[in-house]
Amino acid sequence: MSKIAVIGGGIIGVATAYELAKLGEEVILFEKNYFGSGSTFRCATGIRAQFTDEANIRLMKYSVERWEKLEEELNFDINFRQTGYLFLATSEDEVEAFKANIKLQNRFGVPTRLIDMDEAREIVPILNTEPFLAGAWNPKDGKANPFKTLFAYLFRAREMGIDAREHTEVIGFEREGNTITAVKFRHNGRIERVRVDAVLNAANAWAPLINEMAGLKRNLVPITAYKHQLVKTEPLEPGQAEPLVCPPSWNDAYIIQDGEDGGIICGAGIEHKAKSLNDVEPTYDFLRGVLSYAVKIAPPLRYAHIVRQWAGFYAKPPDSNPAIGKLLDNFYIAAGFSGHGFMMAPAVGQAMAELMTKGRSSVPLDWEWYDPYRFERGELRSSAFQIG
Amino acid sequence: MAGKKIVCRCNDVTVEEVEALIDSGITDIEELKRLLRIGMGPCQGRTCIPIVLGILARKTGRKQEDIPLPRARVPTRPVRVEVIVGGADE
Ligand SMILES: Cc1cc2nc3c(=O)[nH]c(=O)nc-3n(C[C@H](O)[C@H](O)[C@H](O)COP(=O)(O)OP(=O)(O)OC[C@H]3O[C@@H](n4cnc5c(N)ncnc54)[C@H](O)[C@@H]3O)c2cc1C
Ligand code: FES
Repeated sequence: MSKIAVIGGGIIGVATAYELAKLGEEVILFEKNYFGSGSTFRCATGIRAQFTDEANIRLMKYSVERWEKLEEELNFDINFRQTGYLFLATSEDEVEAFKANIKLQNRFGVPTRLIDMDEAREIVPILNTEPFLAGAWNPKDGKANPFKTLFAYLFRAREMGIDAREHTEVIGFEREGNTITAVKFRHNGRIERVRVDAVLNAANAWAPLINEMAGLKRNLVPITAYKHQLVKTEPLEPGQAEPLVCPPSWNDAYIIQDGEDGGIICGAGIEHKAKSLNDVEPTYDFLRGVLSYAVKIAPPLRYAHIVRQWAGFYAKPPDSNPAIGKLLDNFYIAAGFSGHGFMMAPAVGQAMAELMTKGRSSVPLDWEWYDPYRFERGELRSSAFQIG
Repeated sequence: MAGKKIVCRCNDVTVEEVEALIDSGITDIEELKRLLRIGMGPCQGRTCIPIVLGILARKTGRKQEDIPLPRARVPTRPVRVEVIVGGADE
């Protein structure tokens, strides 16, 4: 048994800690704030396998299969529901692009199909079908509650004996050659250290700072923090916009009905470069912008009240694909999840835990695709299909 | 239900639920908020947050003033979408 430090109490860190515990490892998990306080508790709850490249499609196909069994495995109601994702095309060119994507997804067993607007209207009763020509519909995509999912993982991991510490900030490492030997951290103003055998950097938007603490170049994995925002309406009768509905050509605007309280979550690709890694102040231009798209997608939303708006980070590498893999002999990274880290967590957590303990994994994760050293080699991947 | 003491009227959360979660080790107000959805209703916690802070202070032996309030979200009162996006022809 080795002692593994996981840095970052977001969904990726917590899921990996759980998977490591399952493999019998001793885990110490550090979160500088409260669990989920980074991007995870700000996310839009969506889970999809509708990507446009093989690596992300295969990873998410597997991840959705894990999601399907997660509630039972963790013995906790996480409100996972397969209510689908519906992408909408506004031009013939887009319809052709949808067809090509669907073909690729079908090749890997993702059952997406092209649908007409009558069927779309049946799926989303408040949809304005007029501007759209066709939809790409995968009924197996879905959503889950990020708060409950994170705690479901955390509670199980704690039962299995992991040492999970919040309000505890990692501030440095001791390193011998290419090996990290100890982690230094601060809690309640006191500085302590713990000897470790391996470390995972799961700090997402803050990951470059952790890399720097490990003696690597801060920009080895260049992750930019983009402020991404959401607006939510008052609770509405369930069933009106259950799938995530998104016309990509309208600035990636989307709506999705919260699986629990029925409020409609509205997002769009109106991004601001964060002023600092604490800048999560919502902005009025976003509110106006996102709502003008939302009422074009679903006109009845005009009469709903909005009750809240919040912001978080899309932690984005230049190609929007995360960096997953090994950086030093015993120092690993899984960070830079852009707009799709919540949905990937079950697959990535398992893959990471297996890599760290066995040097390989049974998860269909294309290590080369996500190689954290690709940026240094100037080798970007095709941009991951991102919403918002 | 008889004898059910509600702390959050927007999301129908009881005193017992709050206490049980604190007993299970969740003592961060931001985490209590998200697991129970207190403070996430249309009133934005005007009713329930002060009560939960009281329970948390009592059960953890902390002073109420030492517990940071959860982050408030705009808008502080619900606003109709059409007020923000303007007339129907826009
Ligand atoms: C508005 C919005 C909508 C989104 N919608 C979706 C969606 O629908 N579906 C989806 O899959 N994804 C979505 N995402 C993306 C998703 O939220 C993230 O990709 C995911 O949460 C990343 O998880 P993580 O664990 O990598 O990072 P985080 O949740 O950011 O966790 C990293 C943690 O590291 C901690 N940390 C940093 N430095 C230190 C240190 N020195 N010591 C200790 N701890 C430290 C931070 O406090 C933080 O909690 C959305 C994101 C946003 C902002
Ligand atoms: S009473 Fe709890 S949010 Fe309104």
